Amino acid sequence: MSAAARPLSEQPARTDRLALMHGRPSAGELTDHLLAPLWRSSPLWWLLFALSSAGTLLLIATVTYTVARGIGVWGNNIPVAWAYAITNFVWWIGIGHAGTFISAFLILLNQRWRGSINRVAEAMTIFALVNAAIFPVLHLGRPWFFYWLIPYPATMNVWPNFKSALPWDVAAVTTYFTVSLLFWFLGLVPDLASARDRATTRARKIVYGIFAMGWRGSGFQWQRYRVAYVLLAGLATPLVISVHSVVSLDFSIAQLPGWHSTIFPPYFVVGAIYSGLAMVFVLVLPLRRAFKLHDIITDAHLDALAKLTLAMALMLTYSYVIETFMAWYSANPAEQYTYLIARPTGPYAVVYWIMTALNVGTPQLFWVPRLRTNPVVLFVASVGILAGMWMERFVIIVTSLNRDFLTSSWHTYAPTWVDWGILAGSIGLFGFLFLLFVRFVPSVAISEVKALSIQLSAARPARATSDA
Amino acid sequence: MAAIFPPWANVAARASLIAGVCALGGLAVGVMAWARTPNATRRYQPVSQPVPFDHRVHVAGEHIDCRYCHFSVERSSTAGIPPSTTCVPCHSTTWLTSATLAPVVKSVETNTPLRWNRVTALPGFVYFNHAVHVNNGVHCETCHGRVDRMAAVYQAEPLTMNWCVSCHRARAPRLTNCSTCHR
Repeated sequence: MSAAARPLSEQPARTDRLALMHGRPSAGELTDHLLAPLWRSSPLWWLLFALSSAGTLLLIATVTYTVARGIGVWGNNIPVAWAYAITNFVWWIGIGHAGTFISAFLILLNQRWRGSINRVAEAMTIFALVNAAIFPVLHLGRPWFFYWLIPYPATMNVWPNFKSALPWDVAAVTTYFTVSLLFWFLGLVPDLASARDRATTRARKIVYGIFAMGWRGSGFQWQRYRVAYVLLAGLATPLVISVHSVVSLDFSIAQLPGWHSTIFPPYFVVGAIYSGLAMVFVLVLPLRRAFKLHDIITDAHLDALAKLTLAMALMLTYSYVIETFMAWYSANPAEQYTYLIARPTGPYAVVYWIMTALNVGTPQLFWVPRLRTNPVVLFVASVGILAGMWMERFVIIVTSLNRDFLTSSWHTYAPTWVDWGILAGSIGLFGFLFLLFVRFVPSVAISEVKALSIQLSAARPARATSDA
Repeated sequence: MAAIFPPWANVAARASLIAGVCALGGLAVGVMAWARTPNATRRYQPVSQPVPFDHRVHVAGEHIDCRYCHFSVERSSTAGIPPSTTCVPCHSTTWLTSATLAPVVKSVETNTPLRWNRVTALPGFVYFNHAVHVNNGVHCETCHGRVDRMAAVYQAEPLTMNWCVSCHRARAPRLTNCSTCHR
């Protein structure tokens, strides 16, 4: 107990700043504080909500236009058959990965700092998956036949083509979405019960009551709850690895230089968690400020997240280096051309170099302890990393396709306003869903924070005696 | 604090969960079952035509071969919808003044084709060739049914891909390549 309760840093001077929680509020105070956003709104929330609603409307408009006119309104054309849509798909689904990483991986590793941010991260996963799912379906060209991708007893008497990457994506994404949603909802049940008990109007009591599913907080319920929660965490953990591996195989099954590589699965998983951690910062930092959560989401959380981000950045950098090295070492002229000439000097060289600077350069700031807890630095760096990771997918997809083996088929891709509109609109939809989430659902896992508070209070005297 | 939910709420919650799962599952099964009914496949639904041409009289009564009117069925991808002049050799002497035949007479006199309504429709992405089927032993009635017994022609078979493929698999095993029909 005392060993587990030690703060993250060994240095006594920094112990306080890097504590997992500041102060020892009572359970009631914590519940009141963390449920407050559910009962009252703010002008800032309405402003952001209006902005993100406008973004969502833009998404609806551009998607409607795409469906009505066909995907010819996008910039992609042979040989660049995949462009923004698949870039956005991989980007969003990658962002989702950090949510499961934080909630499932870290619970199995007994990392107690996850408790204050896992709810936000899990919600992020679900909303990112909703966004991700839009793009492959739109890219079908006839999205109203999307159900042909599902193996069901069709009157066509044929299965979907299991050799195609599309049914793999369907299997990976639907599994991931189902498990993520169940995991998120299960974690929410005790907090929804708190919301039900604190609700001021009868309508709220009833709505929260229905979703709390009769939770009373009895020992029996808690025991079953913990078992189910850890089981779901165990189920979700391999999905962090498998889902983005499947997405990466969409590329590496092709023989195209720049895609045909065995490093893709780990490379993509690391990149996914990396971009997701950046998104966690983008969401958590404003949330912490708006709802005054500094005592619960402390510098210790930012510090730990920043260290994780740095670790992922180093692994990603390693992947970039190895990928380029292997292209040269393969002695395959097409591979060498793609990696050593087309990407660094071709028509998209600017994107390639900005991507390298953002993904490799930005996180090097996190070597400095002070910067790891500076919200402004973290926020700006995270936005940069998110942009960089989007560019990474763009570089992988477009620079490989636009100059393949046959020089006669080379073609330079340029996005249209519809491509930009859908990308901006999907960011709007993400914000829209997230803002609804923070207003209607407890955005910090109240029960976990209360448990942590009790653990930390109990650990204090024990630590004092062991030190003496 | 008064209870928010009455005791029966537990039963209602469980029942609604079960009902929800059953409804979703039932909807899926229902749609798949509906897709196989004549309503969805447009089977057995007589199609009205500008002239009430009765195949029973011509085929069963007069023993006219299908190919007399559907002239290109052995040579072309389409069976051929006969031009109005096909009627002339026989009808120059019979039924010429009947009201039923009036649109045909007008069509021949003014040299404007009759607009027949399609009965057996395949989607545009299916490349069906009549000649290759007819010349390889597939009879007209295998797909079109007993037209000689139809007062108004209707689609006799479901025309689902399952229906096509069942024959392609059973009788000509090499004809299950996607590009045989989808090009």
